[in-house]
Amino acid sequence: MTKFVKSNEAVVMGALYAGCDLYFGYPITPASEIAHGAAKWFPMLGRTFVQAECETASVNMMFGAAGAGKLCMTATSGPGFSLMQEGISYLAGAELPAVIVDVNRAGPGLGNVYPEQSDYTPAVKGGGHGNYQTFTLAPASAQEMCDFTIKAFQMAAKWRTPAVVFADGLQGQMMEAVELPDAELPRPDFSEWAAQGEPATRRNLVKSIFLDAAAQEVFNEHLQRKYEDMAADAMAETYLAADAELIIVAFGIASRVARTTAETLRRKGLKVGVFRPITLNPFPRERLAAAAKGRKIMTIELDAGQFADDVRLNLAKAGLGAEAANVMMIHRMGGQVVTVDDAVKAAKMILGK
Amino acid sequence: MKTIEQKGMYQKFPRSGKDTRVTHYCAGCGHGIVNKLVAECCAEMGLQDQTIFVDPVGCGVFTYYYWDAAHISAAHGRASAAATGVSRARPDAVTIAYQGDGDLGAIGFNNAFQAASRGEKFGCIFINNSLYGMTGGQMAPTTLEGEKTTTTPFGRDPALTGHPLHVCEVFNQLQAPVYIARVSVADTKRILQCKAAIKRLFEIQRDHKGYALLEILAPCPTNFRMDPLKAADFCKNEMETEFPLGTFRDVEKGVTPEAIGAQHQASAALEVKSVPHVASCAELFGVSDGVDAPPAEDDPSVPERRFKFAGYGGQGILSLGICVAEAARLEKRHTLWFPSYGPEQRGGSASCSVVVSGTPIGSPTVEHPDVLVCMNQPSYERFVGDVKKGGIVIVDASVPITKQPPEGVKLYQVPAIQMAEDFGVPKAANTMMLAALRAFKATGLDDAHLETALCASFKKKPQLVEKNRDLLHRAETALLNN
Repeated sequence: MTKFVKSNEAVVMGALYAGCDLYFGYPITPASEIAHGAAKWFPMLGRTFVQAECETASVNMMFGAAGAGKLCMTATSGPGFSLMQEGISYLAGAELPAVIVDVNRAGPGLGNVYPEQSDYTPAVKGGGHGNYQTFTLAPASAQEMCDFTIKAFQMAAKWRTPAVVFADGLQGQMMEAVELPDAELPRPDFSEWAAQGEPATRRNLVKSIFLDAAAQEVFNEHLQRKYEDMAADAMAETYLAADAELIIVAFGIASRVARTTAETLRRKGLKVGVFRPITLNPFPRERLAAAAKGRKIMTIELDAGQFADDVRLNLAKAGLGAEAANVMMIHRMGGQVVTVDDAVKAAKMILGK
Repeated sequence: MKTIEQKGMYQKFPRSGKDTRVTHYCAGCGHGIVNKLVAECCAEMGLQDQTIFVDPVGCGVFTYYYWDAAHISAAHGRASAAATGVSRARPDAVTIAYQGDGDLGAIGFNNAFQAASRGEKFGCIFINNSLYGMTGGQMAPTTLEGEKTTTTPFGRDPALTGHPLHVCEVFNQLQAPVYIARVSVADTKRILQCKAAIKRLFEIQRDHKGYALLEILAPCPTNFRMDPLKAADFCKNEMETEFPLGTFRDVEKGVTPEAIGAQHQASAALEVKSVPHVASCAELFGVSDGVDAPPAEDDPSVPERRFKFAGYGGQGILSLGICVAEAARLEKRHTLWFPSYGPEQRGGSASCSVVVSGTPIGSPTVEHPDVLVCMNQPSYERFVGDVKKGGIVIVDASVPITKQPPEGVKLYQVPAIQMAEDFGVPKAANTMMLAALRAFKATGLDDAHLETALCASFKKKPQLVEKNRDLLHRAETALLNN
């Protein structure tokens, strides 16, 4: 079945196929279509939609539902995502699977409803308190909004972690064709740890408190090992990169600008390729290093450079200090999108052409 | 030493890190008494297997050391939000939130209040000891006038901090709750009444009747800075004067507030009638809202074409774009539609972009359209300079050409708005523009596909399909004859 839908709606479709049983959310532009779709489709399938009184409530409702062993989700945008950070820390601290979709709008503060990628740090590094991370996927199309929502549920369940689908206002609003999965996924069994109100789970305890400092440290070490292991599920893709002199590094919607930029420059005979991280955490460091070694590097991003800094950090950690030092960036903020014209100009400048 | 079995509690408390049966509560603390009563009720009613306790932050945080049932330890103030999630996820379970007065009355008040208002199916046990206990005896919303706490060192002064918050009385204004009561554990008689009330709370949850709130006045000798007997006296005398005991509401037993009584409808008793049911995702999404089109196929011989549609909101600009996009899908093209959105969509100008390509689409933004369709002057002036060489501009004839298109761009002035009015269907100006796109071969798409897409766009108003098909043909004929 192929549907021509708004990316935001594709998120809900993916969630339903993934076996998500509960949606908790508070409306906010430009993520509201996700709540609209969920409000309509979850109850029709006998699943639960709750319009929460605030994002703090949404995320804590998820804490309860996930603690009770069900797959659940919410969707929001910048200000709401900020409000959820404490709750996401609790989800991570109690090792609960849940999916949060952030359709990034421009900030800080009220900002506006147009696209930015400026929630990068909280979406990728864990924006709340404590040493936690999330599994973070960056879709770039309606198809991926569906597919990566499904993937986010799978990763959340596999790693017992909150997973973030990190999108932006532009792709939330755009329509593209989406091929829906053939079948719904089976529900995972969380009875080993969840509080399900059944005899088998009576002794289960969902908590993030370790009053004893030594125990809290042991738990932190366990989390950090888990995050290291998550690297096995890092995802990335390259485009025209094999012989490229300049690698454009970009994620999400910016990676599509990068793609057209590379195509445009190739037509002019310039060797330009694209490296696109699909998972922002775990960051596909080794693959980036392989693609970027000895090349010129330019990022395209819709923020002040949070992503470029992360690219530099990952290159440096991969031993590519020289490449890290020379990462260039073209970016826009405030809801403006980098144009192909500007990206082409920037790339030519870097190539000295 | 022989120990007496305590019903509903673990016989030792290893989760506390000690192999003993000593709780962390101070001597004379109300929590300790309530913990015992809750455990007893849960066990006596045979509900330990299906009960899920949602624990608070504060002195009640460690109930999971003691109560032999499943626990979820929530964030400060959020036990009612978490309990909402639990009870929605596990409607067959018995969900009990346990919260203190800082937790429920201050930071989490709205979460508790809204859960009550929605009629969530859980029971909330609310311990009111008039202050923050574990955090160090600070003022809570429930602190009495004149009461000295660590943040009201001179006594609570209503001129500075307002008056004590009466949680039961506030919640009693709501429609949905089925049970609201206030009890105390300050002496034996009150403890027995408290146990009966806790039992009632469990009964209501066992039978899934709806939201229940039980406020329990509890002494806190440590932070009152009193011995247990004096603390109990303070609880009984001072606190009860401010917070009178009683059952405010027990709908099943006919106790309802006057204002709510006759019209009371516990949401738990209501049947959901509004939602149509489907069996599966396949059934839900099996029917298309638009055209039934196959997935796109790569065909590098098909060049990319970028469209911009712009005009006033209400002129059908967005649906015209969708129509072109749907026609492209019928030709197995990669297709993308993107609207202007935000404040603009509530009046003023509206625009959308469409990209059609034989290969996967990169940048979704249309900086240099091959085809620009404009229905009003501001959008014409804004976008006409961007059109690609060799491109086409179709503009409504009512728009004055104050600005010439770039060289090599063909301009068509089409009286779409006038034609639609002449045909007696002023809303169909966008169909006139579709006719123009067909007549001037502007889309690179098959005429039949454009027509199919137009018809599909009226799927929800089938009576308009033939009318618009007719309008499309008449307009096209008129344009070609001109």
